[in-house]
Amino acid sequence: MTKPEAIHAAPARPNTDLPQLYRTMRRIRTFEERVGELFVRGQSAGSMLHLSIGEESAAAGFCAHMQDGDTFTTHHRGHGIFLARGADPNRMMAEIGGKEAGYCHGKGGSMHIADMGLGHLGANAIVGGGIPAIIGAGLAARHHGTGKISVAFFGDGATGQGILYESMNMAALWRLPCVFVCINNQYGMGTRIDQATANAVLHERAHAFGLVAETVDGLDVEAVAEAAERLVAGAREGRPAFLVVDCYRFYGHARKDKSPYRDATEEETGRQKDPVAFARAALLERGLADAAELDALDAQIDAEMDATIDFTVAQTEPPLSTMFRDVYAPEEPEPEPVRVRIDRILARA
Amino acid sequence: MALQELTYRDALRQALIDSMRENPDVIIMGEEVGRYGGAYAVTKELIKEFGAERVIDTPISEPAIIGAAVGAAMAGLRPVAELMYVDFIGMTMDQLGNQAAKIRYMFGGQIGVPMVLRTQGGTGRSAGAQHSQSLEAYVMHTPGLRLAMPATVSDAYHLLRMALTKPDPVVFIEHKALYTMKETVDLDAEPLAWGKSAVRREGKDLVIVTYSRQLHYVMEAAKKLSADGIEATVIDLRTLNPLDFDTIREHVERAGRAMVVSESVMTAGVAAELSARITEECFDYLEDPVVRVAGEDIPISVSTALETGSVPGPQLILETARKLLGARVAA
Ligand SMILES: Cc1ncc(C[n+]2csc(CCOP(=O)(O)OP(=O)(O)O)c2C)c(N)n1
Ligand SMILES: [Mg+2]
Repeated sequence: MTKPEAIHAAPARPNTDLPQLYRTMRRIRTFEERVGELFVRGQSAGSMLHLSIGEESAAAGFCAHMQDGDTFTTHHRGHGIFLARGADPNRMMAEIGGKEAGYCHGKGGSMHIADMGLGHLGANAIVGGGIPAIIGAGLAARHHGTGKISVAFFGDGATGQGILYESMNMAALWRLPCVFVCINNQYGMGTRIDQATANAVLHERAHAFGLVAETVDGLDVEAVAEAAERLVAGAREGRPAFLVVDCYRFYGHARKDKSPYRDATEEETGRQKDPVAFARAALLERGLADAAELDALDAQIDAEMDATIDFTVAQTEPPLSTMFRDVYAPEEPEPEPVRVRIDRILARA
Repeated sequence: MALQELTYRDALRQALIDSMRENPDVIIMGEEVGRYGGAYAVTKELIKEFGAERVIDTPISEPAIIGAAVGAAMAGLRPVAELMYVDFIGMTMDQLGNQAAKIRYMFGGQIGVPMVLRTQGGTGRSAGAQHSQSLEAYVMHTPGLRLAMPATVSDAYHLLRMALTKPDPVVFIEHKALYTMKETVDLDAEPLAWGKSAVRREGKDLVIVTYSRQLHYVMEAAKKLSADGIEATVIDLRTLNPLDFDTIREHVERAGRAMVVSESVMTAGVAAELSARITEECFDYLEDPVVRVAGEDIPISVSTALETGSVPGPQLILETARKLLGARVAA
C-alpha cells in the first residue's frame, strides 16, 4: 500500500522519535475506530462524531514538540490532538458517551471536551470558535513570563472565518507565542477545498500577515514533527507561526455521512495517504522495529482501546442533580429550576 | 391539488421549489445547500433544477453569507440565506441586527431588505451546548425583523411561501426535531393569513400559548388534561413577529387563566414577553398568575438525560396545568 520509493525518498530524521510517533498515531487511529463502535452500540451521546482517521500525523507530529504548560484549542475533530497531549482515553471515551466519568462530566461530549490540567482550553463546535483564545493565552504566557506557547488546531474550513484573520494579525502584530495549525483534510463537510477557497495554498494567507508559514505533507509524520520543532521554537521566542498539514479525511464528515459527494476512486487514492501505514513501513524499512514487535505493540494498543468501550458502557449518565451545576462558579447560587419556581408561584397564588 | 402525505422537511423543500419556479429572483445561499443538499436535506437536489447560480454553496463565513443576502435583497434579488444552526446567529448578529433590521428605518424608508434567513434550532439530537439552542428571543428583541416558527407541516410550507413575499427581513426558524414529522396536507388549501395565530384546540378552563415543537407537547398534555375534565385552548403563534395578540387576549379573557410554553430559556425570553403582555392587557380577567413553562436558564448538555431535562416536555406541561387549575376548577 505505501510506496517504498516514498519512504526511501523521505530524508533521514535523526531528531525525530519515529517509534514514539508511530505509537501515538496508532493509538489515535484505534481510539477513533472504537469511537465508531461506541456509536454503533448506541452508547455515544451526541449525533455528531467527527473522526480524525487519516489526520493522525498532524496531532502526533505537532504535539511531540509541545511541552507541559503549553495551551491549545481544537476544532470539532480534535480527539487525536487531545490524546497526543496525554489525555486518558477512558475519560475521553466516557465524555464522548455523555457519561459522568468523562472529562466534562457528560456535559460537553466529543465537540466540547477540555482539560485545563493538560492545557486543553477546549474543543469547539463553532468552526473557528477556538482560534482567538490562543491570542489571549499567548498574551497571558508573555505577561507571566512562562515561556509557554498556545496553539490553535483547526480545519481548512475555518479559513472561511474572518476571526482567523483577525487573530493572525494580532499574533503577528504583538509577536505572540502562538502557532496556528490548520489541518487541511481537503473537505469541510461535503465541500472540497477548491470549492470554498479562492486560493487553496493556505499558508500564503499567513505570509500576508507576516507570520512564519509553511505547508507540510501529512503523510510523513516526521516531516510534521520537524516543522513543529522549528515553528514551536520560533514561537517561544515571539515569532508566531502558521502550519498547514496536508492530509485526507478518510471517512465521512460525521459518523453517518457516507460521503456521496466524492467518488470511490478519489477515496481510494486519498486513503493511500495513510500516515500510520507509512510510519510502520518506515520503521520496518529502517530496521527500527521488526514486524513481531510492531504486532505486539498494535495488540497492546488494541487491548487498551477496547477497554475504553467497556469502561464507558459501565459508566452512568450524570444525575439530574448536576444539571444546574457550573452555570456559574461553585460559590454562586445555582439557577432556580423552572419546576421549583412554578411550585413556588402557584403555592402563593 | 389532492391531499398528500408530506414531512416537515418535504414541505419546506416544496415551498422553496414553488417560490423559485414562480420568482426567478429567488436564490438560496449557504453552507452545503447545493451539492450536499443541506445539512438537514431541505435543499436536496434543488441545485439540479435551479443550477449553481441560484443555489449557491458558500464558504463557512456566516457574517458574509447574511451580509451578502442583505446586499442582494437591496439590489433586487430575493435571497434565502441558510444558517446551518441558529446557534451561529451570534456570529451574524451585526449583519442581521445592525444592517438587515435597520436599513429601511435608517434610510428613511427608501428601501427594504426582503430576505429570508432560514435556520433551525432546538434540542433533540444530543448535539450539545453550541448546536441545540432556541435563540428566537435575540430576533424578537430586534425591531425590524420578522420571525416565523412553524410547528406543523402545513405551516412549514405556507409560512415559508409567505415569508418569500414579505417586504422586510424574515428570520425563519425550523425545529430540528420536526423534520421527519409527517402530516396529510393539501398545499392548495387556503392557509391562515401571515401574522395570524392558529387556535389548535378550544377549551374553557385555560389558555396555553406556544409555538414550534412545543405545540406537540402541549397538545399531548391537553389531551390528558381533557381526560381529567380540564379543557385547554391551545394557541400556536406561527409568527412571533408579527404577534397576533388579539387572539390571545380574546381567549384569555374568556378562560381567565394562561400558561406560556417555550423551549427557549425562561429569563428575558419569548415566554417572558408573552407573559408580561397577557398580565398587562388581561389583568382584570386573570384568576391566577400567568405561568411560564420554558427552558431552564442553563446551557444544553450533550448527555441525553440532561438535555431532555433542560427543556419542557409533555409531563411538565401537564403537571403545571394541573397545579394551575388545582382545586379552583371545581369551585
Ligand atoms: C460557525 C459554524 N459554521 C458551520 C458549522 C457546521 N460545520 C461543522 S463542521 C463543518 C466543516 C468544517 O470543516 P473543516 O474546518 O475543514 O474541519 P473538518 O470537519 O474537515 O475537520 C461545518 C460547516 C459549524 N459547526 N460552525
Ligand atoms: Mg476539513
